[in-house]
Amino acid sequence: MTQPVIDIKDVSIGFDGKSGETLHVLRNVDMSVSEGESLGIVGESGSGKSTLALAAMGYLKRGLRLLDGSVSFRGEDMFSRSGPELEKIRGGELALIPQNSGQSLTPTLRIGAQIIEALRLHSSVPPAEYSTKAIELLSQVRLPEPEAILSRFPHELSGGQQQRVAIAMALAGEPHTLLLDEPTTGLDVTTQAHILELLRDIARERSMAMVYVSHDLGAIARVCDRVMVMYAGEVVLDGTTRQVLKAPVHPYARGLLASIPRLADRQLPVALDGRPPAPGGVGVGCSFADRCALSEDRCRAERPELTTLPTGEQVRCYFADRALELSLRGSGVEPAVVRADGEAALSLNTLSISYQQPGLLDRVFGRDAAIVATVDDIQISVARGETLGLVGESGSGKSTILKSVAGLLPPVGGTITVAGGTPLAPMVERRSADHLRRVQLIFQNPDDSLNPRHTVAEILSQPLKLYFGLSGEALERRSAEILDRVRLGAHYLDRLPSQLSGGEKQRVAIARAFAADPDLVLCDEVTSALDVSVQAAVLDLLNELKETQGTTYVFVSHDLAVVKALSDRVAVLYQGRLCEIGPSEQVYSAPSHPYSEVLLGAVLEPDPDVAPVLAADDVVESSPPAAGCPFQRRCPRKIGAICDTDMPPWQETNNGHAIRCHHTIATLTQLQEEDARA
Amino acid sequence: MLRMLLRRMALGAITVAIVSIIIFSGVELLPGDACTAFLEREAKGKLLENCREAQGLNRGPFERYFDWAASAIRGDFGVSANGQKSIAELVGNRLKNSLLLASSSLALGVPLAILLGVITGLWRDRPIDLTLSTIAIFAMTIPEFVSATVLILLFSVWLGWLPGIVLTPAHAPAVEFFPEIILPVIVLTMVMTAHILRMVRSSVIEVMAGDYVQMATLKGVPYWRIVFRHALPNALLPAINVVALTVAWLLGGVVVIEVVFNYPGLGRMIIDSISDRDLPVVQAIALIVATVYVGVNLSADLLTMFANPRLRTLYMRQK
Repeated sequence: MTQPVIDIKDVSIGFDGKSGETLHVLRNVDMSVSEGESLGIVGESGSGKSTLALAAMGYLKRGLRLLDGSVSFRGEDMFSRSGPELEKIRGGELALIPQNSGQSLTPTLRIGAQIIEALRLHSSVPPAEYSTKAIELLSQVRLPEPEAILSRFPHELSGGQQQRVAIAMALAGEPHTLLLDEPTTGLDVTTQAHILELLRDIARERSMAMVYVSHDLGAIARVCDRVMVMYAGEVVLDGTTRQVLKAPVHPYARGLLASIPRLADRQLPVALDGRPPAPGGVGVGCSFADRCALSEDRCRAERPELTTLPTGEQVRCYFADRALELSLRGSGVEPAVVRADGEAALSLNTLSISYQQPGLLDRVFGRDAAIVATVDDIQISVARGETLGLVGESGSGKSTILKSVAGLLPPVGGTITVAGGTPLAPMVERRSADHLRRVQLIFQNPDDSLNPRHTVAEILSQPLKLYFGLSGEALERRSAEILDRVRLGAHYLDRLPSQLSGGEKQRVAIARAFAADPDLVLCDEVTSALDVSVQAAVLDLLNELKETQGTTYVFVSHDLAVVKALSDRVAVLYQGRLCEIGPSEQVYSAPSHPYSEVLLGAVLEPDPDVAPVLAADDVVESSPPAAGCPFQRRCPRKIGAICDTDMPPWQETNNGHAIRCHHTIATLTQLQEEDARA
Repeated sequence: MLRMLLRRMALGAITVAIVSIIIFSGVELLPGDACTAFLEREAKGKLLENCREAQGLNRGPFERYFDWAASAIRGDFGVSANGQKSIAELVGNRLKNSLLLASSSLALGVPLAILLGVITGLWRDRPIDLTLSTIAIFAMTIPEFVSATVLILLFSVWLGWLPGIVLTPAHAPAVEFFPEIILPVIVLTMVMTAHILRMVRSSVIEVMAGDYVQMATLKGVPYWRIVFRHALPNALLPAINVVALTVAWLLGGVVVIEVVFNYPGLGRMIIDSISDRDLPVVQAIALIVATVYVGVNLSADLLTMFANPRLRTLYMRQK
């Protein structure tokens, strides 16, 4: 094997705790990458994976200290280099593609200026050719109209475009080594799949070394040759991608894999109980012992060393041989299924919604601003006890519909009715207490939706006081009951949100919604901010509540597998228009709307043997076309002029499954079967 | 773009109009009027009526408001109740003096505050930051009249370097206020520098800890280039509005300083005219100060908009 490009040996990094003790973020980590190799680093939040990647650049976030070990790049120690030496390497030979490029691009500088800055600092390109080179880089990452993008500001680009700019900027310095810190987190499935293909191609073409940090095993499976699994600041498993993802020999890695919902599974994913230790919270033994099904006394008494197995993997576990017995798939919990034949708990009747509201002066002068509907002509009804999943890319209007049902954004046309056919007032201020109680909303990020200064008891008491007038002992008893229902004990009542883990916070948010005894619960990306193992627990909880309480959910997520795990019926949205609706098994299998096909094709499975199916030239759009099918410009199965001029009709199969397309069901089935065979 | 500009200006004008109604009604609600003030104790019977007739005070309030507002737009605030002098001229002189005081303090204070704010922000928690931040907190918390008195004691009574009080008459040309203006400028600079410094400091700290500064570091951009090109243009945006508020405060809110130094500015004139019950002058100054607030804030918003690409796009779209 060649000399490693990045060689990290026995690195420990930590910070000073409040009482002066040193808390470890990384403990004795070894990592090396060679030319042409791509290494994945996987772990949940707090596992230290990003700290490790940044340490490879000789960079530590404020407050962190290198306690022990060495980081060398091309044979020289990064932490003993001078400032100018580091400046030369960073962005040059060693480039970073950051998480969340939207915030990593300087908002006051044009894209061109930022790319040219990288060229000037690190490339041999003569100044006269900076612009030409920048345009070349932008077209290399497949950005449309690169000349125009040069003069744009970061906020004028979409998330996917910003990410591509970040990649172009990293490539400007002609790097040999790329560090990628969650480069596709927060992007749409289609965009993510395209960016990963792009990165694979570039890495292969230039025979670069890559370190790919992610919590997303699907992305890792796509780009990496080797995977390192991190837990609580240490490496617990290191092996080839196939070894780690197909037959992991560490209990944590198995648990992590089992907690990922998959398209092919009918069962709910398995949650990992407990939570990872906080920095400094690891005892003398194995850091995973408390959550491990195989742990014995020895695990708690003595920390296992990283040992190399005959098959080549390195694992930090005494029972690696027995780990293979642990299940990788399915919890055995079947999702509760409800058929859409009961009374409608929610009907959206030709609903259209717009973010453009007439301004104050327009209203004063009675001017009618031309309003473009963000969401148009939505006709959906949800039966009592049923879960409707809404899927689509960002900008598809799925969250907009939830906002409108919740009364936060008045529709410009159509009505929203709840059980019994009672229409809901458009704005939440006008709704009766009873209507407010019946519709509850759970938000994506519990950090934002729970008041950090209210205890759990105060958070839960608000709906209980408001809707049921409870007080004193009755209030306390009811709060404890509800907490119990979301599997948190009554001892959580006097805690503040900051004292809870991410999953616990989301459970409190769910408890608050259920405290109102709602008919309809709107879930807006409720698991997107959570780690996969926690996500599985939340999905399980929502499923249990559905079974026991008969609650109706409208479940919005960009993650198709998550939606499938919970939904009875699924509606696919594109640019605020409905494309396909039906029972979830039918929507997730052929025949599909061409857009559903594109979406499903782009889903990444945590399996190195499954490749995504991508539409060739797939560019995300920002607004729907003026006439015809909303998907006309991206459709891989476009017929011709009819798609540009006429809104397609609904083609129905059975069980209420309908596809809005000019192709007939028979043609779609035939086309998709042909492709599946090919 | 132009439409947005016109709309903001129209809204500003509406604000000033509403303020003018409030000022007018406020003065209207007070017992007595210009004539009772002017005639003092003799104010009764025929004399008072004659006076009111001459001043047009016996007309209805609406008629008088529109008359007053219409003249004010032309820059004519009538005559003062006391000396029968043109208010425009009286207030004009004071306004000129206030502008002189404000612009000198701004010219000194704003660059100083930004410089020190950036220094304290970049060297956060180091000795230089701790020293400057402590001084700033003192400058903010010590009341202006205390620091003014101490400075007078030090520089004019003990050292005798600078005049401690302004004796130049209000109508004198600007140059004649030197060196008398130096001490008031120093006191004002201290207070405003402290405020702006604190704000710039926290803004610099926030931006320097941000993702794009980290990205620039990891892109290999040299430190000072990061500071000047990536960080400061973003960190200084919020300072624009604080500076605007300071400008407005300097033009109408520095009463205490003006009294301590006997400086003939707008602030002192308000106090004088209130105690003299010179209501037309009070009205005129209140209106001018309100207009200044509206105008300065409007300019600050526009400036922020031009300097912030995000807002610029937002407003461009609105047309």
